[in-house]
Amino acid sequence: MSSAPPDADDLRERVRSFLTDHDPSGMERLAFLRARFDAGLAWVHYPPGLGGLGAPRALQPVVDAEFAAAGAPRNDPERNGIGLGMAAPTILAYGTEEQKRRFLRPLWTGEEIWCQLFSEPGAGSDLAALGTRAVRDGDHWIVNGQKVWTSMAHEARWAILVTRTDPDVPKHRGMTYFICDMTAPGVEVRPLRQITGEAEFNEVFLTDVRIPDEHRLGEVGEGWRVATTTLMNERVAIGGNAVPREGGMIGVVARLWRDRPELRTPGLHDALLRLWVEAEAARLTGERLRQQLAAGAPGPEGSAAKLAFARLNQEISGLELELLGEDGLRYDDWTMRRPTEVDFTRRSPGYRYLRAKGNSIEGGTSEILRNIIAERVLGLPGEIRVDKDVAWKDLPK
Amino acid sequence: MTNLLYSEIEEDLRGGVRRVLDDRCPWTGVLAGLEKDEPYDADLWRAVAVQLGCAGLPVPDERGGAGASWRETAVVMEELGRAVAPVPFLSSAVLATAALLAAGDAGADLLAELAAGEKIAVVAVPFSTAPKGPLGTSVRVEDGALTGAVTGVADGAAADVLLVPAPGGLYAVDAADARRTPVTSLDMTRRLCDIALAEAPARRVAEGEAAVRAALTAGAAMLASEQLGLADRCLESTVEYLKTRYQFGRPVGSYQGLKHRLADLWTAVAQARAVARYAAACLASGDPDTDVAVAIAQAHCSAVAVKAAEECVQMHGGIGFTWEHPAHLYLKRAKSSAIALGTPDRHRAALAGLVDLPPA
Repeated sequence: MSSAPPDADDLRERVRSFLTDHDPSGMERLAFLRARFDAGLAWVHYPPGLGGLGAPRALQPVVDAEFAAAGAPRNDPERNGIGLGMAAPTILAYGTEEQKRRFLRPLWTGEEIWCQLFSEPGAGSDLAALGTRAVRDGDHWIVNGQKVWTSMAHEARWAILVTRTDPDVPKHRGMTYFICDMTAPGVEVRPLRQITGEAEFNEVFLTDVRIPDEHRLGEVGEGWRVATTTLMNERVAIGGNAVPREGGMIGVVARLWRDRPELRTPGLHDALLRLWVEAEAARLTGERLRQQLAAGAPGPEGSAAKLAFARLNQEISGLELELLGEDGLRYDDWTMRRPTEVDFTRRSPGYRYLRAKGNSIEGGTSEILRNIIAERVLGLPGEIRVDKDVAWKDLPK
Repeated sequence: MTNLLYSEIEEDLRGGVRRVLDDRCPWTGVLAGLEKDEPYDADLWRAVAVQLGCAGLPVPDERGGAGASWRETAVVMEELGRAVAPVPFLSSAVLATAALLAAGDAGADLLAELAAGEKIAVVAVPFSTAPKGPLGTSVRVEDGALTGAVTGVADGAAADVLLVPAPGGLYAVDAADARRTPVTSLDMTRRLCDIALAEAPARRVAEGEAAVRAALTAGAAMLASEQLGLADRCLESTVEYLKTRYQFGRPVGSYQGLKHRLADLWTAVAQARAVARYAAACLASGDPDTDVAVAIAQAHCSAVAVKAAEECVQMHGGIGFTWEHPAHLYLKRAKSSAIALGTPDRHRAALAGLVDLPPA
C-alpha cells in the first residue's frame, strides 16, 4: 500500500464490496471473521496484512457500524478484553514478524482468548518487584512462580507474562516478557473467590513451565519497557464509550428514587442530588476526554476519570443500599460462580456495593493514580525510592 | 454531543485577555485596590471592554456587538477569574447584557452602549439571587417612576444605569437618580451596594420577568467559568509553591499528604472545565438543557472554587494567612461567588425539579 491511508468513504466502500463477496447469512461465523481480518477490516489502524489498512484509529466505528448494519457476526470483544486491549498492541509493538502472523489473527477472531500474568502476591502496585523466575535452558526458558488477579485464565489459550530473568540487577532492569502457553505442563489455574462470592479472577501457579525462546517478546532484560506499553494501552482501554445521562449506576438509584416514594428522606435526597451532580460532572469530563482524543490531542484526564469513576460507584452503591433500608439487608446469591464479564446492573444492590470496592484497586489503585496525577501532570516531586539502586535479590520482601 | 473543547479563536482570545491582565492587573494592584474608594479598576475595564472589545462578545453585529457568543464570553470569564480582576464584567457584560438581549427594542440603544463598553449597567437584584429564586425586590412603579430599595447589588456603585425589576417588567434608571450606599463586602474586588429609589425616573425596557430570568441564567452559567479560572489559578500557584518550599529537607510537594489532595483538586478542576464548557455551550446555542446545565455547573464549580481557594490558603501555611499574599483575594472571591446567583444547595434544589428527583 503506497497510496494515502483510506478515509471514511473508502472504508465504507471496502466493507460493502467485502459483504458482496461474503454474505454473512450464508457463511460460517469463524470463516467470515477470518476473511474480514484478511481483508484488513478487523482493526483498521493496524498495518496491512495484520488485519488493518493503516487507517486512522478514529475510523474504526465507521467499519463496525457497517458490519453491524449488515448483521455480520461479531468477534465478541468483551470475551477477549486482555487480548484485544493489551496483548495485541504489545505484540504489534514488540513482536517479530512471525509472532505477529501467528498470534494476531486468532486473537482478533476470538479463537484464542488471552490473559495477563503480571501481578503477584508480593508485587501489586509495585509491579516491577515481581519475582516469578525465568531461567534459560538452551533454546527454552524454565519458569517458576505465582501470578494473581488473572481474569479469563481458565478460558485463555495464551498469556502475556512478565518474569524476573536477572535478580542481580535493580528491579526494573532484570525483567523479560514472554508469551505463555496456558495449556503447557506446569500451568495450574485456581479460581480466586472475591468478596462478592463469585470468582472473576484466578491465581496461576507456574511450576517448571517450559517456554520456547521464540515466544519471548522484546529483548532479554527489556521486560519492563514492554510491560509499560501493555499498561499504557490498559489506560486507553479503560476510557470507554459515550454514556448518556443517568447511563451509569446513578441511573439505577435515580429510578429507585422515582419508583419508591416511601423510601425518601431529606438526608438521602441531599445525598442523591450531590451524587447526581457529581455523576454528571464525571460523565461530561469523560465526554470531553473523548472529544480531545477524537481531535488528536489526548489529555491526561484519563487517570482522573478512573479516579472519579471508582469513588462515584462506591458512594452511589452505598447510597442505594441505605435507600433500600430493609431490602438492603438481602443479598441475591453467594454461590461461587465464574462470570466472564462484570455487569453491575444484572445483580442485586448488595453485589453492586461489594463489587464497586474493587474499582479503586483494579487497574491501578486510587492512591497510585493520585501519585501519577501529582507527579506526571502537576510535576510534583516523586516518591523517595529506596529500591532504585538495589539489586532485586537484596530488596526486603 | 455538544462541543466541550476550546476553538483556536477562543484560545487566541484567551491569550489576548491574559496578556492584558498580566500587564495591567497584577495581584499587588488588586490588593492595593481593596483599600481605595474607587469601586472598580476603570483603566482595566476600558482595556478589557473597549480595547479588547470583550464587552460585546455575545451581542450580534447588527445590535452593536462583536457577533461572537457566550462560549467566547466564558473564556474571558475564566481569565478574569484567574486574575480576580476588579471589573464589572459579570454585572454589565453578562447579566445586564443578557437582560437587554432578551428585551425588546426599548433597550436597543443601551445594549449597543454596553456592548461598546461606553456604559456600565447592572441588574438591580441582590447578588445572591438564584436564576429561579425570588427576586427580593419591593420596588413599586408610580407614574413612570420607581420607589423602593434593593440590597446587595454587585457593582452597583460602578454602574451608569440600573436595570430594576419591578411590577410590569424591567426598568432602566439613571444611576445618578438613585441613592447608592457602598457595602463593606466580603469580596472587595466585586463590591456590593444598597440601592434606594425615591420616585426615580424610569423607562421600561422589557415586560414581565423573562429578561431578568435570562440575565440570572446567563450570569450563573458565566460565573461557573469565572470559578473555573479562579480554581485553576489557585491550583497552579499552590503547585508552584509546593515545589519550592522545603521543610524537613524535602520539597513540601513531595509529601503524599499534600500530593494526593492536589491530585484530587486537579481532578475536580478538570471536571469543572467540562461542566462549565457544557453550560456555556448550552447557553450559546439556546439548548433546551440549559437550565439543567447551569444548575450542574453552579452546584459543581462553586464548590470546586471554594475548595481550591481553601486548599491554596492551607497549603501555603502561614504566608497564605497574611494580607500580603494573594491567597485571601481568591478565597474571598470564591466564597462570595459560591453564594452569588444561588448557592450550590439552591441549584441542587432546582435540579430536583428539573430532572424529576422530588424531595421526600
